[in-house]
Amino acid sequence: MGAGERPMVQAEQVHKWYGRFEVLKGIDLEVAPAEVMCIVGPSGSGKSTFLRCINHLERIHAGRLSVDGHLVGYREKGDKLYEMRDREIARQRLDIGMVFQRFNLFPHMTALQNVMEAPLRAKGEPKHDVRLHALALLERVGLADRADSYPSQLSGGQQQRVAIARALCMRPKLMLFDEPTSALDPELVGEVLDVMRGLAESGMTMIVVTHEMGFAREVGDSLVFMDEGRVVEAGDPREVLTNPQHERTRAFLSKVL
Amino acid sequence: MSTSAEVRPQVGAPPPEPIKAIPVRHPGRWVAMGVIAVLVAMLVNSVVTNPNWAWDFQLENAFAPPVVRGVLTTLWLTVASMLIGVTLGVILAIMRLSPNPVLSGSAWCYVWVFRGTPVLVQLVIWGNLNSLYREISLGVPFGTALTTFQTRDLIPPIAAALLGLGLNEAAYMSEIIRAGILSVDEGQSEAASALGMSRMQTLRRIVLPQAMRVVVPPTGNETISMLKTTSLVAYVPYVELFFQTSAIGSRTFRPFPMLVTASLWYLAMTSVLMVGQYYIERYYARGSVRELPATPLQKVRMRLSRRGI
Repeated sequence: MGAGERPMVQAEQVHKWYGRFEVLKGIDLEVAPAEVMCIVGPSGSGKSTFLRCINHLERIHAGRLSVDGHLVGYREKGDKLYEMRDREIARQRLDIGMVFQRFNLFPHMTALQNVMEAPLRAKGEPKHDVRLHALALLERVGLADRADSYPSQLSGGQQQRVAIARALCMRPKLMLFDEPTSALDPELVGEVLDVMRGLAESGMTMIVVTHEMGFAREVGDSLVFMDEGRVVEAGDPREVLTNPQHERTRAFLSKVL
Repeated sequence: MSTSAEVRPQVGAPPPEPIKAIPVRHPGRWVAMGVIAVLVAMLVNSVVTNPNWAWDFQLENAFAPPVVRGVLTTLWLTVASMLIGVTLGVILAIMRLSPNPVLSGSAWCYVWVFRGTPVLVQLVIWGNLNSLYREISLGVPFGTALTTFQTRDLIPPIAAALLGLGLNEAAYMSEIIRAGILSVDEGQSEAASALGMSRMQTLRRIVLPQAMRVVVPPTGNETISMLKTTSLVAYVPYVELFFQTSAIGSRTFRPFPMLVTASLWYLAMTSVLMVGQYYIERYYARGSVRELPATPLQKVRMRLSRRGI
């Protein structure tokens, strides 16, 4: 990161509990603009929870978490924190795109309507512009000819590509991917990763929770290994994957590589 | 190479003969058909020959102007009460699911009272509200009244009928709509919030349209039930189909044929509603099934074209 450049995401000692169970035990992370960070780790390590905290789908209980210099979910005045209203949280999320493991496309809308919905309703952009932008994005993910298909008529890989186009149509500064290829048949994983690779090359800031070590090695600028709510190891992906420093990392990688 | 060649169909070989097998016989079906045919014949015979059915008399009165007016009243009472019920039901369901405890508590109490008492009793109470409150005033709570109405003028029988049916229906509809909202996958509202849509936008654009698939069949059921429940407003008293046919029945001292006439009218109207329900369900199935089921008309056309007619 260049001197004086503001990190896109900054987490300092982020803690979260589910009841008495501590899911996040003090996460410290920084993601620079245009950086692609991959988060790996065993299930239950808190990586998805952390991702969901970044756009306030989950609330953090201690520490500080900010996106582009603004605290997530709170306003700070003097030394006091104020909870944000639903409306303010919604506005904050406009800049953060998210892609889910289970796609979560709106099944009662066509691919094109899925992509156009949020810019029209949440941002109130003019319909004509949104339509052109949405069609361009569907073209970019290789689905221009499926614009009028309903999600149930698309394969998993196609649905996930529509979901990426849907998030991009909000012109986000940051994209979060929550295991985007985990629900896909093996032969469909590649088409989704290709779209993500193109997005990374275009300079998008991305945080990707994934089990695709190949993608992490080739596309990632940094790799974070999480286990039991902590960051065990972080660094250059090629470095971490070939020469892990911690015993836990070594044990995990020996099982998945 | 030789093993794989065995399982592969040979190129250019003629297709095998189609299977010609003797189909399974179903003697039980023929027996059942015979028994039912005899029973139906007996019923038809008695309906035609027993003079107590009084078909001439029924036909004479079925389309008499008061009865036709009664049919129209029943129809619009059904539509209006269902509109009140659905609108208020949506509001109550949203209140019930709201994080605000005051709103959800009030909605719970409403359902408790209106679902927990008989609709006939509610209708009678609305019809006789003036014996409970002679006047209804608008003004400062516990203070001076600005304007005062006579209850009898404010709630005429028509209003009592609509209030009784509509408010009762709202309690049932709110539970149906709440079930529909809860049936929509959590991931849907999560995806919508992640896109920056507000709670109300998410509800209106994403959750409710998907809830409709679950909500429509029981709502059709409620509408058909409502069409028959309107006969209770005769106790408000308000004049509708059942009131009219009963009146003719008592005036002519032939109540039974008029009961049959009323039943046939109700049956005709509910049949029309069932057709409407079929098409509404089909509309809300789009997106959840790959191909919409054919309409009865399309099915008939397919059968005919298959036979080359």
